[in-house]
Amino acid sequence: MSSSPIIRLEGLEKTYDLGAIKVRALRGVSLDIQAGSYVAIMGPSGSGKSTMLNMLGCLDRPSGGAYYLGGEDVSKMDDDELSAVRGKRLGFIFQSYNLIDQLTVIENIHVPLFYQGRDINECYDHCVNLAKLVGLGDRLHHRPKELSGGQQQRVAIARSLVNDPLMILADEPTGNLDSATGTEILNLLDKLNAEGKTIVLVTHGEEVAERAHRVLHMKDGVIDHEIHQRTLQHVVEELEHDDTAEAPAP
Amino acid sequence: MINAPAILLTVQLGIKSLLLHKLRSGLTMLGIIFGVCSVIAMLAIGEGGSYEAQQAIKKLGSNNIIIRSIKPSESNVVGSSGRSRISDYGLTYSDAGRMQTTLVGAQHVLPMRIIRDSVRFNRFVVPSQIIGTHPSYAQITGLDIVRGRFLTQNDETHIDNVCIMTVSLANQLFPFQDPLDEEVRVGMDYYRVVGLVREKSSMDKRPGASAPDSGKALDNNLYIPLSCARSRFGEILFRRSAGSFEAERVQLHQITVQMIDTDAIEPAVPDIEAMLRHFHTKKDYEIIVPLQLLRQAEQTKRIFNVVLGSIAAISLLVGGIGIMNIMLATVTERTREIGVRRALGARKKDIITQFLVETVVLSLGGGLIGVAVGVLVPMIVSYFADMKTIITFSSLALAFGISGLTGIIFGIYPARRAANLSPIEALRHE
Ligand SMILES: Nc1ncnc2c1ncn2[C@@H]1O[C@H](COP(=O)(O)OP(=O)(O)O)[C@@H](O)[C@H]1O
Ligand SMILES: [Mg+2]
Repeated sequence: MSSSPIIRLEGLEKTYDLGAIKVRALRGVSLDIQAGSYVAIMGPSGSGKSTMLNMLGCLDRPSGGAYYLGGEDVSKMDDDELSAVRGKRLGFIFQSYNLIDQLTVIENIHVPLFYQGRDINECYDHCVNLAKLVGLGDRLHHRPKELSGGQQQRVAIARSLVNDPLMILADEPTGNLDSATGTEILNLLDKLNAEGKTIVLVTHGEEVAERAHRVLHMKDGVIDHEIHQRTLQHVVEELEHDDTAEAPAP
Repeated sequence: MINAPAILLTVQLGIKSLLLHKLRSGLTMLGIIFGVCSVIAMLAIGEGGSYEAQQAIKKLGSNNIIIRSIKPSESNVVGSSGRSRISDYGLTYSDAGRMQTTLVGAQHVLPMRIIRDSVRFNRFVVPSQIIGTHPSYAQITGLDIVRGRFLTQNDETHIDNVCIMTVSLANQLFPFQDPLDEEVRVGMDYYRVVGLVREKSSMDKRPGASAPDSGKALDNNLYIPLSCARSRFGEILFRRSAGSFEAERVQLHQITVQMIDTDAIEPAVPDIEAMLRHFHTKKDYEIIVPLQLLRQAEQTKRIFNVVLGSIAAISLLVGGIGIMNIMLATVTERTREIGVRRALGARKKDIITQFLVETVVLSLGGGLIGVAVGVLVPMIVSYFADMKTIITFSSLALAFGISGLTGIIFGIYPARRAANLSPIEALRHE
């Protein structure tokens, strides 16, 4: 894994000003995320998980602190630049899928590229391949209403991949799905991570978090504690490493 | 994203979104449809009406001043004439003579005596207008001589019983034979047919519009020398109207004065008026100046256009407000979609474009249907109401253009509102 983080947060703050009261949703979060890592964010409801993910996704501006995405300071960007960052470097997966009703599966997958000025005919094959990757190669011209929840979420995953993003952000992607379908979706995310995509995911479920390398526990707008997990893959990699390069410790 | 294919895609997308709510989109378009349709229809009817009026006036001749005998009100008639029921009024031969000799700028003075009577040939009887007049009639009123000749000075001086008839009259009297050199009877006198004419203006009219007119008695004219009309019919003319006889002593029914040019008209009118006032004890004449009528018609048309413009503006305003209302509802309804698009990389201006394109598609669609219906309505009107309608290209372009403009003007606010939503607020919208 490379040493330069693709995300660096320095004392990130977010305060919602509701007139009479001010809600401090994030109270100074500092964090590095390495490229290729799989990070889960957990914590009680209202602890600031979604707020944090929205910051990472450039959907909202922080009230204080700094956010570097791939070395660039996001907090200094204007609205069009933020749109460009979202469109080119990020992929989103939402709890409620958020597909566009009037578009077909293939058109939904194409939307991020449309806003990059790329015609659907020119990147049709790419979109079809992604639909196949998520197992919907035979549903290209269906509309969201004609698909099950799990299928819709898979369309959303294909859509999040279409612009080959630096990072995929998912806010409770399995929250609306039954456990079997949820597992399928998580397997798909595992596969993407194994292929090198950075994933940041908000979840309530322990079994979901178990798949991540790092689990950040949030509480009252700060990261309360963090757990580094060793996935099976890591263990194997490290064992190989040990065999070839290192002598046993004394 | 301002290149052509992208706009096309956006249009396609807009149509897709509109088709999602077919009924709603259709109802929204209704306002624009009615607006555009009424503008085109009204313009077409107005244009046709003023064209007809102008044609009618031009037929009178824009260089001419027309003086007509009119019957004064009843009480005067009884008083002036000792004999019962003979009304005595109108222009005289000496009026015509005075105008001929004294009026400055007059090129021709054309007296006419117009008698309603039947023209007979064998067993055919056709009610007609017998017009006793001078040879210059043909040139002044623009008659086309189809066959033979028109009246000559010779006919006039010799009081020859010759006549010229309109083609339509000839067709009725002589369905089976050549009218030239045949003799027709009016009253107790016979007149030899020496020529056939056609009124120019009835040729000018488009075939479709003039068809119902061509058989009317108006075109059944028989022209004879004025001297004949004077001597053969006598001073007292009988007129059969609704079963009762009416007798009138009228020398001339009309005098048409042709001026050298239009500039000579205005100074001549008061002269004529003064002359007539001096010799007529009662107002038994009227002076018609076609040029003035033409100007009045143009003025009327201008007023009509202003009224029409206001109606059009109001109806399109109403249509536009309807569109804005629906688009605001649509924006609210699709807030989440807007959020999703923003999350996926849409800039504010992409969202503006998207919603603006939708309103413009809506209003131009309405405009297009409006143009189609608007073209149809005048056709139906002219078919059933026997009115002339003229659909000008500029009225179509105007109505269509305004409908598009309405879409843009009333689409901007909802579109901007959609674009100014913060992405995260939009995404959280239920
Ligand atoms: N748009 C908002 N306006 C006001 N307060 C908000 C808004 N969004 C979130 N909050 C508040 O910020 C805190 C964190 O919210 P959130 O990040 O949604 O929590 P989580 O996703 O962990 O449940 C909560 O107290 C919430 O009420
Ligand atoms: Mg949340």
